[in-house]
Formats: sequence, C-alpha cells, structure tokens
Amino acid sequence: MKTIIFKTASTYLLPLLVLFSVFILLRGHYLPGGGFVGGLIASIAFVIHSFANGLEQTKSLIKFHPGFLMPIGLCIALLSGAAPLLVGQSFMTGLWFEDPLPVIGMVGSALFFDTGVYLVVIGVTLTIIFTISETL
Amino acid sequence: MNNPYIILPVIFQLFTAVLLLFFWFRVNAQRLITIICSLVSLGIAIWLLKEVYQNGILTMQAGGWKAPFGITFVADVFSATMVLLTAIAGMAVAVFSTGSIRNARLKFGYFPILNFLLMGLNGAFLTGDIFNLYVWFEIIIIASFVLITIGGEKAQIEGAIKYVTMNLLASAIFLTAIAILYGLAGSLNMADLSEQVAQIENRGLVNVVAILFLVGFGIKSAIFPLYFWLPASYHTPPPAISAIFGGLLTKVGVYALLRIFTLIFVPDAFLSNLLIVLAAMTILSGGLGAILQVNMRKIFSYLIVCHIGFMIAGLGIYTELALVGAIFYLIHDIIVKTNLFLISGLIFKLKGTLNIEKLGGIYKKYPKFSLLMAIPLFSLVGIPPLSGFWAKLFLIQGSYLEGQYTLIGFILLGSFLTLWVIAKLWSEVFWKDAKDLPKKINVKYFKELKPLKQWAMVIPIVLLAATSLYIGLAAEHIILLSKQIAAELINPSAYIEAVLGSKTTTP
Repeated sequence: MKTIIFKTASTYLLPLLVLFSVFILLRGHYLPGGGFVGGLIASIAFVIHSFANGLEQTKSLIKFHPGFLMPIGLCIALLSGAAPLLVGQSFMTGLWFEDPLPVIGMVGSALFFDTGVYLVVIGVTLTIIFTISETL
Repeated sequence: MNNPYIILPVIFQLFTAVLLLFFWFRVNAQRLITIICSLVSLGIAIWLLKEVYQNGILTMQAGGWKAPFGITFVADVFSATMVLLTAIAGMAVAVFSTGSIRNARLKFGYFPILNFLLMGLNGAFLTGDIFNLYVWFEIIIIASFVLITIGGEKAQIEGAIKYVTMNLLASAIFLTAIAILYGLAGSLNMADLSEQVAQIENRGLVNVVAILFLVGFGIKSAIFPLYFWLPASYHTPPPAISAIFGGLLTKVGVYALLRIFTLIFVPDAFLSNLLIVLAAMTILSGGLGAILQVNMRKIFSYLIVCHIGFMIAGLGIYTELALVGAIFYLIHDIIVKTNLFLISGLIFKLKGTLNIEKLGGIYKKYPKFSLLMAIPLFSLVGIPPLSGFWAKLFLIQGSYLEGQYTLIGFILLGSFLTLWVIAKLWSEVFWKDAKDLPKKINVKYFKELKPLKQWAMVIPIVLLAATSLYIGLAAEHIILLSKQIAAELINPSAYIEAVLGSKTTTP
C-alpha cells in the first residue's frame, strides 16, 4: 500500500490523530470518550503510519519499545487509585483539585487513572500489532 | 467497621507485578524483587489476620460508594485466613521458582504473571460483591492461562487446551448464574443478596440458580463429575506452577462454594443431599484414579480431586462441627498440596523422571530429603498428630452426629485410598533399590545447580513442612480459628451487619 497519496496523508494524519486522541482522553469523564478509546485512536495513528512507511520507519519514530508504556501506564493508574489511601479514604475514591485548570477544566484523580489506561492501551495494541507484522 | 487498608494485599501484589514489569529483561533483579515483595506481602497478610481477629469484620467501600450500590471489600476471619495462606504458598512458590524455573521462561514474564495471579486470588478472597468475584476469577484464569502455556512445550499446550476450555465454560455458567440472580434479586452485593434471596417466593428458580453456581464453581474446584480436566492438565507445566495451581486454584473454587452456599443459598434438604452425594463420588473417583497412575504429579492431581471431596462433604452436612472440619481441611490442604508439587519438582531435579516405577533409592541416597518429604506425605494421609488427622476427625464427628454413616464410610475409604497410594509411592520412590536411569541432556540436575539455587529449592519445602507440622502439633490454634470461621459462616448476621450497617434502627 505504498502509494504516494497514502504516504503523504499519513504524515499529516499522525499528529492529527494523536491530538484527537488526547482530546478524546480529556473529554472522557462525563462525556463519551476516555482513556481506552483515546489509546486505541492513538495506536491507530501509528498503525496507519507503519502501513504507509513500513514498520522500521514507525519504530524509529517511536524510539523505544511500545511495550515499555505498559508498566508506566499501570504505575500511573495504580498510584492514582491508591492516592486516596494516603488521606485515609477508600481505594479509588475520586479526589479533585478545587479550582479548574485552564483549557483542561476540572482535574481529579480519575484523569490520572484514565491517562494510565491510555498508555497501557497504546502499549498493548502496538506491541501486539508490531509483533504480528514482524512475523508476517 | 470501615478500614480502607484491607485492600492492601491486592494493591501490593499489583504493585509488585508492575515493578517487575520495569525489569522485564533483567531476570536476576526480578528474582530478588519477587522474594523481597513476597516477604512483605506475607507481613501484610499477617497484619490483616491480626487486625480482623481483634476488631471483627472489616469492610471497605471502593471509591467511597456505599453498599449495596458500590463494590464492597470485606475481610472476615475466613477471608483473612485465606489471604494469609495465599501469601505463605505464594512466597514458597516464588522462592522455589527463583531456583527451578529456567531463564527462558522468566524472560517471558513469569514473575509478573505469578504476581497478577496472586493479586486475583487475594481479590477473590476479599471481595464482597458477586460480580466482582467473577472479575477476580477472570483475572485468575487469564493469569493461569499464561502460566500454564509459558515455555510452549507440546505437552503443556495440550494440557492448556483442556484447562482453558473447561475453565471458560465454568466462567460462562458462573456469569449466567449471576445474571439470573441479578434479575431475581436486583442486587450484586453478597450481604444484600443474603437478605433478598431469602424473600424471593419463586423457590424453584432460586434452586436453579444455586445449581448453576454449583456447576460453575464445581468445574473450577474439580468436583465429581466435572474433575477430568484437572489430572489432564496439572502435570504439564513446570512444578512451581503446578504447585500454585494445585495448592490454591481449586481451593478458590471451594472458598467460593463455602461462601455462596452459606451466605446466599442456605442448602435445603435436596441441596445438602446433592452435595453429600457429589462429595462421596468425588472422594471415590479421585482416590481410585490416583491408584492407577504412575506419574507422580498425576497421582497428586487425582489426590487433589479426592480431597476436594472432604471439603464438599463438610459443606453438605452443614453443621458447625462439619464446617470446622471442612475449613481445617482447607487450611491443611493448601499447605500440603503446594508442598507436594514442590517436592515432585525437587525429585525431578534429582532423578530426571517422575515415573514412580523408574524412580527408587532416594531414601538410601538422600536420607535427610526423604525425612523432609515424609512430613507432607504423611500429613496428607492423616497420620496423627500430623495436620490431616485433625480435619478428618472433625469431619467424621460431624457426619456421625448427623447420622450420615454412609458418608463416614466414604471419608474412611478416601483416607484408606490415600494411604494406599502414598504407601505405594513411598515404597516405590524411596525404599525400592535405585535403577540406573539414562542421563537426560535437556534436564539440569540438582547437582549441577549453583548452591544458591539449590537452597532456593529446598528452603520453601522446609518452610511449608514446618507450617504443616505447626498445623498438626499446635492444632488447638487452628481449631480455634476454624471454629470462629465456621460460627461466622453458619450465622452470617455479623457479616451482613458489617457490610450494610445496622438495620435495627429501621422498623
């Protein structure tokens, strides 16, 4: 599928899709969206890039093995879940900053949990897809 | 009483697993972290049991959502004891794995997955929500799928297919049962269900759901006639994995049966009789199966099935005394079965085979090891004063008081079959003269291992044997514990009150 149109489009699609995935991630708490969908969209961005430019190009773009995102994401999710324990609240209780941040809005521990999910989903999806396309 | 920290056994296992993921390629660092973290989780488990024993049942509402709407975690003495046993068995297996599991397997994430498995077990023991219990069961089986196939030998894959198929089927039945129960009672909180289910008028449908739960958990805990997947798969993975499977995975099914059938569905005459018949058949089929086998790990697999029957018998009789027997047996069995599979791993490293007809002469060559291995083998048979004896004493006493003389016959027959099998195994493996075995190239023998690895394989067996001895010789402590657990199971009002709060104020 190495057509010139697809190749050119993929260069622009990659940043757009990643940006869109972050938007979906931040939108997630009360509206449809969230870490899981966001992570899938972000991984689609890289998959499209690898279809157009070849696997090696995408790998050199990411620079590290995507599987490394799994422990990082799990770690963020675990810490955000366990943070309420430090103030004597139950596991996974939502803690919120009192004032909304500009652009993002209200920030709570749920956002960090979702970010963790986002990273884990990217890590898992890319690891699976890269492994399969390597053996093809 | 509310205590947010009872979730720690679950979180800490997850933390360990995540930490190990960071050291994916550094196998030696993983070994060290696993040993340290398993010691810490043992400490957490001891703290939890002490806390629960002193302060009564502790609860935690995940996310701060009140029961019965949110997910509740409950630590009563039963849960805390199971968490402690998981920690002991988990530590023994983790230490044993550092010596016995090959680097090739470790590089595919053996230790992180082991910790995910232990996390699932702790979660299943601590949860007070029936759908959450299903989720923990899923975590356990997914982790166990990876563990049983890791390494990818042909025999392993063959065993894994049987294991995966039956366990997925069991999960589907379990999920169906939850769905029908939710439709009937409109709740998933186990304490709330206990009150709701008692008021449902359509008893026929309630019994159907109870049977569905029995089938679902029956497959997982390998009771008659759904046990056949266990001896077909448990002898295939490396011994350390068999040990954690044999010691804990079937017992989590027994735990769920004990919990569900005391809290939600109190057995009526029909269900009691069914459980007793199933228990008797399980004892018989497991015992007879064990006699026929020559592979040591297959013998132990059939003995697992046989001894699951004892625990189900205690549940079927459904008196406090019988439940004391069942719970004592559960405590004893987890430690001993884990140890037996570890021993089979050690014997394989010594001799390169597990076929009892080819083995022999271990007593002559390794008298100290033989003495060590005699402890779990003989406590399995129930020779007084070792640990199995006391459990059977309570079970037989419980059956006698209820007039279940046939069941007593089956329990004695089960003990006799176990004695026969272990005696045969002892004379074949330990006393018979050694035969010359061909040296296998792909087996790393015990003598060739580094001293540190040799110790890593022997120490867990010593520790578990010491625990077995403690359970047998200091039986009054365990009896006290079992009596409290049985009293709480028979009369769940304290559990319900701890979860839902005191209902006495509302008219």
